[in-house]
Amino acid sequence: MNLKRRSLRPAPWFALLLAAAPLLACAQTLRVGLGEDPDVLDPSLARSFVGRIVFAALCDKLFDIDEKLAIQPQLATAYEWSADGKTLTLKLRQGVTFHDGEKFDAAAVKFNIERHKNLSGSNRRGELAPVASVDVVDAATVRMNLSAPFSPLLAQLADRAGMMVSPKAAQAAGDKFGAKPVCSGPFKFVERVAQDRMVFERYAGYWNKDAIHFDKVIYTPIPDATVRLANLKSGQLDFIERVASSDMEKLQADKKLKTSRITEIGYQGLTINTGKSEQAQKSPLGRDARVREAFELALDRQGLVQVVMDGEATVGNQWVAPNNAFYAKNMPVPKRDIARAKALLKEAGVPNPSFTLVTPTTSDAQRLALVIQAMTREAGFDVKIQSTEFATSLNMADRGEFEAYLLAWSGRADPDGNLFSFDGCKQPLNYAGYCDAETDKLLNQSRSLREPAERKRVFEQIAARVLKERPIVYLYHRNWLWAYNAKLGGVRNVPDGLLRVTGLKLAP
Amino acid sequence: MFEYLVKRVVTIVPTLLLVSMLIFGLQQLLPGDPAKILAGEEQDPTVVAYLRTKLHLDEPLPVRYALWVGGVLRGDLGESVRMQQPVRELIVQKLPVTLELALLAFVIALAIGIPSGIVAAVGRGTAWDTAANVFALWGLSTPNFWLGILMILLFSVQLGWLPASGYVSPFDDLGANLAAMIMPAFVLGNAIAAVLMRHTRSAMLQVLNADYVRTARAKGLSERTVVLKHALRNALTPIVTLGALELGTLLSGAVLTEQVFTIPGFGKLIVDSVFNRDYAVVQGVVLVTATSYIVLNLLADLAQVLVNPRLRG
Amino acid sequence: MAAVLTASTAPPPAPYAGPWQRAWRRLRRRRGALVGLAVVLIFIVLALFAPWISPQDPIATSWGAIRKAPDAAHWFGTDEIGRDVLSRVIWGTRASLLAGVVSVSISLLLGVPIGLAAGFLGGWVDSAISRVTDAFLACPFLILAIALAAFLGPSLTNAMIAIGVSASPIFVRLTRAQVINVKVEDYIEAARAVGNPPLRIALRHVLPNITAPLIVQATLAIAAAVIAEASLSFLGLGQQPPAPSWGSMLNTAKNFVDNAPWMALWPGAAIFLLVLSFNLLGDGLRDALDPRQR
Repeated sequence: MNLKRRSLRPAPWFALLLAAAPLLACAQTLRVGLGEDPDVLDPSLARSFVGRIVFAALCDKLFDIDEKLAIQPQLATAYEWSADGKTLTLKLRQGVTFHDGEKFDAAAVKFNIERHKNLSGSNRRGELAPVASVDVVDAATVRMNLSAPFSPLLAQLADRAGMMVSPKAAQAAGDKFGAKPVCSGPFKFVERVAQDRMVFERYAGYWNKDAIHFDKVIYTPIPDATVRLANLKSGQLDFIERVASSDMEKLQADKKLKTSRITEIGYQGLTINTGKSEQAQKSPLGRDARVREAFELALDRQGLVQVVMDGEATVGNQWVAPNNAFYAKNMPVPKRDIARAKALLKEAGVPNPSFTLVTPTTSDAQRLALVIQAMTREAGFDVKIQSTEFATSLNMADRGEFEAYLLAWSGRADPDGNLFSFDGCKQPLNYAGYCDAETDKLLNQSRSLREPAERKRVFEQIAARVLKERPIVYLYHRNWLWAYNAKLGGVRNVPDGLLRVTGLKLAP
Repeated sequence: MFEYLVKRVVTIVPTLLLVSMLIFGLQQLLPGDPAKILAGEEQDPTVVAYLRTKLHLDEPLPVRYALWVGGVLRGDLGESVRMQQPVRELIVQKLPVTLELALLAFVIALAIGIPSGIVAAVGRGTAWDTAANVFALWGLSTPNFWLGILMILLFSVQLGWLPASGYVSPFDDLGANLAAMIMPAFVLGNAIAAVLMRHTRSAMLQVLNADYVRTARAKGLSERTVVLKHALRNALTPIVTLGALELGTLLSGAVLTEQVFTIPGFGKLIVDSVFNRDYAVVQGVVLVTATSYIVLNLLADLAQVLVNPRLRG
Repeated sequence: MAAVLTASTAPPPAPYAGPWQRAWRRLRRRRGALVGLAVVLIFIVLALFAPWISPQDPIATSWGAIRKAPDAAHWFGTDEIGRDVLSRVIWGTRASLLAGVVSVSISLLLGVPIGLAAGFLGGWVDSAISRVTDAFLACPFLILAIALAAFLGPSLTNAMIAIGVSASPIFVRLTRAQVINVKVEDYIEAARAVGNPPLRIALRHVLPNITAPLIVQATLAIAAAVIAEASLSFLGLGQQPPAPSWGSMLNTAKNFVDNAPWMALWPGAAIFLLVLSFNLLGDGLRDALDPRQR
């Protein structure tokens, strides 16, 4: 049913509308099941993945990404880099208003960028660090001045750093803005009951309202995957994210439901302490690159994907998936080679290396650790599994109190987001303690180049260095698994795993 | 009487103080830095530093305790850092939900426990006794999270009779509310049913052999009247007191039941907050729970003493 | 003469039955309790002889036999990485029985001496102990256990300590109440009058007379402790892989309950049987050891 809000036409249409009134009145509500309860709904302070799913309905961004990870216009219609790459000029969409009626213009963009950078506790500061200042050229044009060229900026502006909130509401609410967010997306905030539901209703003044076919969206966090699926099957939900891989087979056979599988932009990896603390020298894995190479060769990645993820993942050996435009083809996924692994260990003088693998308590991670333990035993490795609660493991990783740590990363649209924080010297997520001057130089270079072909060449050089040292052994890229009512049309499989409400339609 | 009341009330204060210290210590001494957990995936150092200051994490433990207690006495239970909501607000939102669940569970427990207790007492030593025992005990013997998942599979997925999860306020739609609560209430009430069954059984047994009951039988009253009129009354008198004492068990059980059925109550809030190291929430909720438990017990004791002055000791 | 003649034809007098023998006779008559006792003994045998009874290695994985339904090779089916469920259930008996018994032992070791001190010494010692016990009892048991287990780190040992410590206030209170009841008995007065030191009185005269309710409570507490271990494992805080425990098996199985229900059926049934048996036994003991019952 197409719920277009048009002004009432003459009598015959009116009669038809009246007759259809009960159907229109039982207006369309989209009910989405989430894997966890999001944190605060303030784009500057937000820290969780699942919050971004909610933001897709609530807050529009300057740009969006599509199924191929290409930048698409949303609130900004065009962009232009200056020759030296230090200035980005954006042309803004006309006729956009915030949920409180305020106009969206260049002044609002300036306010938002500055808020992202300056609000206490803002998580966007690091993402927008190179942006030195923002100038309002005119009401429809804004210019960002960077301290150094930074090509991942567009990808950042296609995520939370590019979300625009109403300046009036933000100033009035200060840091309590998240309790009643006022944005410019297709749906506006109605209410939120923590751990129960978030209700949004259609914003009549949305610039793309023709593409919105629902009157209400309700997000319900249901942490248990079995219960979440049960809700979908019993008809209480229209869409769920993060279906358990073991449930996918049966779902294919269910005619009332459809599924989506999308290769994620993140990865599942194993971080090795190669220099974060003295532990690195004490561990056979940490101190000798040959032992690490032997470890990687002892793994059968395809087997891992099959047993741990029921086939719902793609093998990989880099921070981006093999089908990504920036994958370094000069370093392909190695095949399992137990003989060579054993030879390397012999050469290194440790035929039976033993180390402790810190494993989160989630069932996927536990399964993965067990399979790794069994697989590498054949080459002589003795892996001890240490289950650690997430909170404690973060601490341990930060202090380098580990030998190996199973860590997954949710991924960012630009490969820099999967790389810089992990392999740059002293970066916050560099738990391995990897530090190489040449790699740092290459990382900075990749950020300053804009041409994809040029960047790819630099990434290939980085891959050649980093993958030889193996501070992180990348294992595979999981599939985002969605399940939804077969009548739901317009679902777009974007690799960031977020459901976009624009274009979604529930057939009668 | 008044002295007794005062004496009892006075003992609450040190107990509450100890509770506050206990829960504060247990939370704050947990390993892991809450600032890092709450800082999110990117682990931005400026955010971590900001959170450390906001949560006073760099101050010594006694100072943090004093700050917290001071806030509590002013009515400020702190704020959930994860959800940026005052703890008091969260409690007001979620307390009615868990209370309703506990109440429904208690009603179901009565419906299971009392008849089982009667049957067990009347048929003492026979197969009826064992059967009634098993019937009431099976709830106590099964992990409630396990039973919950089984029930969801059966009643929601296979049969489609009841919703799998979620909560609707009774003021919005009483029918939907009961439909959503009946399974979790059953799962939760099962465990208490055993306690009620045992109590009913022993209370009735006490009475069934007493002299006045023998007199009633000798007078020719039917066994049914004897059982229901006299013995049962003895068993039912302290039910409310039992309920108050079992509140703690109900709350413990609610923790996992709410998790499985996704009921947005206290229990779920506590577990999530422990794992997220959202200290203020756990401390506030446990303090409120403990206080209610202590106060309820006090009222129950007072009620008993009013009825039976000999217990005043 | 007549008395001797009569006496020789009368049957010899029955031997004197002490209180424990009488209790055992009463217990024998309660069928539920006997069934409970029998099942508990069977589980103990399973635990002790697991290496010989178990058909396969509980931690042997098999990539080809993932989540296979029960068949001739695997009577209870296989789990998510191909391990034999029957073997894991048998070996898991050790973890669950251990969790139950060790936790309660910790509770007894902590609770009984403290309760003795409180009941026996009275005065400010009693007040202080009672206040602390009240404080512990006011916090929901599972929350305490979760917080303690999270504090100590996820492992079976830490889970047992957490459960044991969280449950000890119940024993403190029980012991104290019993001691107060018994304190005023004549034989205690007599012992005191003779000049026995308080510790001796406590251990030799008081303790033996309060064991009955303690045994009952301990049996019931074992049942609760097994469930508590399963609950902690459900949250990821109990026995860690690859060692089997019914609770952690349930934790993993809940993700596959739709397409591999046998993974959860058998450990769930095992927990149910064991806990039910302890409960039946405990109830039976309560009746048998209760001096008021005929």
